[in-house]
Amino acid sequence: MPINFYIYLAIALFSIGVAGVLTRRNAIIIFMCVELMLNAVNLLLVAFSKMHYNAMAEMNPFASVGTDAQVFVFFIMVVAAAEVSVGLAIIVMMYRNIHSVDINFLNRLKH
Amino acid sequence: MKSIIDLVYLVPLFPLIGFLINGLGRKSLSKSLSGSIGSAVVLASFIVSVLIFNETRVEGFTTATVNLFEFINVAGLAIPFAFQVDQLSALFLLIITGVGFLIHLYSTSYMHEEESHHFARYFAYLNLFVFSMLLLVLGANYLIMFIGWEGVGLCSYLLIGYWFKNTEYGNAARKAFVMNRIGDLGFLLGLFFIIQQFGSLTYTEIFPVAQSASTGIITVITLLLFVGATGKSAQIPLYTWLPDAMAGPTPVSALIHAATMVTAGIYMIARSNILYTLAPVSQTVVAVIGLATAILAATIAIKQNDIKKVLAYSTVSQLGYMFLGLGVGAYTGAVFHVMTHAFFKALLFLGAGSVIHAMHHEQDIRKMGGLAKKLPITHWTFLIGCIAIAGIPPFSGFFSKDEILIGAFAHNPVYYWIGLGGALMTAFYMFRLYAMTFRGSFRGTHEQEHHLHESPWQMTVPLMVLAFLAAVAGFIGIPELFAHDAHKLEHYLAPVFEASTQRAAAHAVSHTQEYILLGVSISLILIAIIYAWSRYSKKPETGEPEGFGKTLANKWYVDELYEAIISKPLNALGAFGNKFLEKSGIDGIVNGAGKSVQWSSRQLRLLQSGQVGTYVLWMVLGILLFFVLTIFF
Repeated sequence: MPINFYIYLAIALFSIGVAGVLTRRNAIIIFMCVELMLNAVNLLLVAFSKMHYNAMAEMNPFASVGTDAQVFVFFIMVVAAAEVSVGLAIIVMMYRNIHSVDINFLNRLKH
Repeated sequence: MKSIIDLVYLVPLFPLIGFLINGLGRKSLSKSLSGSIGSAVVLASFIVSVLIFNETRVEGFTTATVNLFEFINVAGLAIPFAFQVDQLSALFLLIITGVGFLIHLYSTSYMHEEESHHFARYFAYLNLFVFSMLLLVLGANYLIMFIGWEGVGLCSYLLIGYWFKNTEYGNAARKAFVMNRIGDLGFLLGLFFIIQQFGSLTYTEIFPVAQSASTGIITVITLLLFVGATGKSAQIPLYTWLPDAMAGPTPVSALIHAATMVTAGIYMIARSNILYTLAPVSQTVVAVIGLATAILAATIAIKQNDIKKVLAYSTVSQLGYMFLGLGVGAYTGAVFHVMTHAFFKALLFLGAGSVIHAMHHEQDIRKMGGLAKKLPITHWTFLIGCIAIAGIPPFSGFFSKDEILIGAFAHNPVYYWIGLGGALMTAFYMFRLYAMTFRGSFRGTHEQEHHLHESPWQMTVPLMVLAFLAAVAGFIGIPELFAHDAHKLEHYLAPVFEASTQRAAAHAVSHTQEYILLGVSISLILIAIIYAWSRYSKKPETGEPEGFGKTLANKWYVDELYEAIISKPLNALGAFGNKFLEKSGIDGIVNGAGKSVQWSSRQLRLLQSGQVGTYVLWMVLGILLFFVLTIFF
């Protein structure tokens, strides 16, 4: 399968994520959109790593090029998991305080 | 060999110590203590000066330079802090410390009514003044002279404005300071030219090689130095500060504005005599300015009614004579006149101070008269001073003034006749002053008359000493005419002016001619004296002058002229600059910078809405922007 398709999919996922973050007001949905963007990036990383690995393997079957990007994806996943726990905790606290998860009510940062 | 010359630094050091003690301890010192300290340090300087003077009189004395420390050494220009002892500076040391001591002594009594800390402040200033003046004459290079030059200017300002609570006195002090400053600028420029031309400021390095420089550059240097001299020595066009300087206490007028500070210009030119001799144009300028000042000031003095103003204008006039002497190459005559003038003018000022003291600060001679009986010592000493300044032989003024006038005659007879006119006016106004003050009948209030008293010994002793000196000091300079080789001063000063006298062509005036000139001048002066005496004893002026006399009484309206052509345009320029350059120009830029920052920050503040969505939008837009920038540029 050509690399282009992976890129199109990643762009689509990322754009959906951005659009979601920009347009939605529900904090949980925004959160999910952020996850979407992260995963779009993960997808790209994996795809490119595979592509590079294939290209190098033709020249030298014992090379290990491209595996580090796949390791990087795991890092992102771990970070994302940590982020989720913090983010959800914030959202829980927010709900306890203002009984809503609508970010438009969350404008007290200004003061 | 260790000699007293090496201790020359003591001479200025003593007054400096006196200044420090009186200045720092002015709150705690009693009046008698600060007065004694102030006088004693000057007396100590005088004693050292006498020893030095004796040293310089011995045959075969050569100019001695005493290096104290290195002062400036930069870019190939080395200026040591050094003192030069030669005949000229030794003579000035004697005048400054001698007359200075008498005036300090006089002040202890004259200023007795002051509060004690003001009294100490007065003596501190006086000591600082003596210190600066000594530095001026002792310096071995123009820079040390300049330090003293500025120091006396500062002290003059401080002492004229001594009674600073009076606004008018404060203004007079500022006027003196600014006028001096104008002159100082010329002096400083002259120094820069000297450095540029000779690469040194030390006298002994400049004068021997002065001939190598072109006449043009020497002329520029000497003219610039002369600008400084016109400021310090009150010559046209910068003389107007001196009469106003009478705002200070009378002993200050005697010390600064008659005996010492104003002679700084004379000293400077006498010191640089070789430069002036090499620049005939400058010499002519000096002579003409001196002569013009002598005449102008004499005419003004005729119609002044303030006892100190008359003396002030006579000082300006006498200084004019000294410059005439310098301009025609009669350097010895000029220095001689400095010395005799220091005696008789200090005497006259101190006498005037005694009169003012007795009259309870009345200075208008129209309200005096008949004081001869009440103040016998003041009267007699004042009379001696008047005779000396008028130039009646054998009093000192005769010899010195005559030497200058004969020198002028030899140079150009026109100078002589104009100068003689000035001398006649001098005799006239001095005896007008004398007659209106001491002759006739008393015109003041009864209360003043009742309180008239002779001054205490601290005031009369200096008067008597100065009167003695004013009477006999002339004998050290008896002209060739009367006795062969009797001009001791000329003999003494000859080494200083040697280079100049060698170059200047000797204009001999034949003895017959000189006798005729002397006869004419003495008889004319006597006529002027007798006329003034008889006229003003019987019928003193009491009203305001009219017609031409009014112009003279108003000093030819020179102050008004300066006001109109210098002060007003400068003020107008300042007002214009303030309004257009300062307010709308510079202020506009400065305030505009502040305002634009304030305005833009107010606009930027709107971005902080507190809406998370908006922040995210901006963030995304920013990232996109970077994205676009990295890809396409």
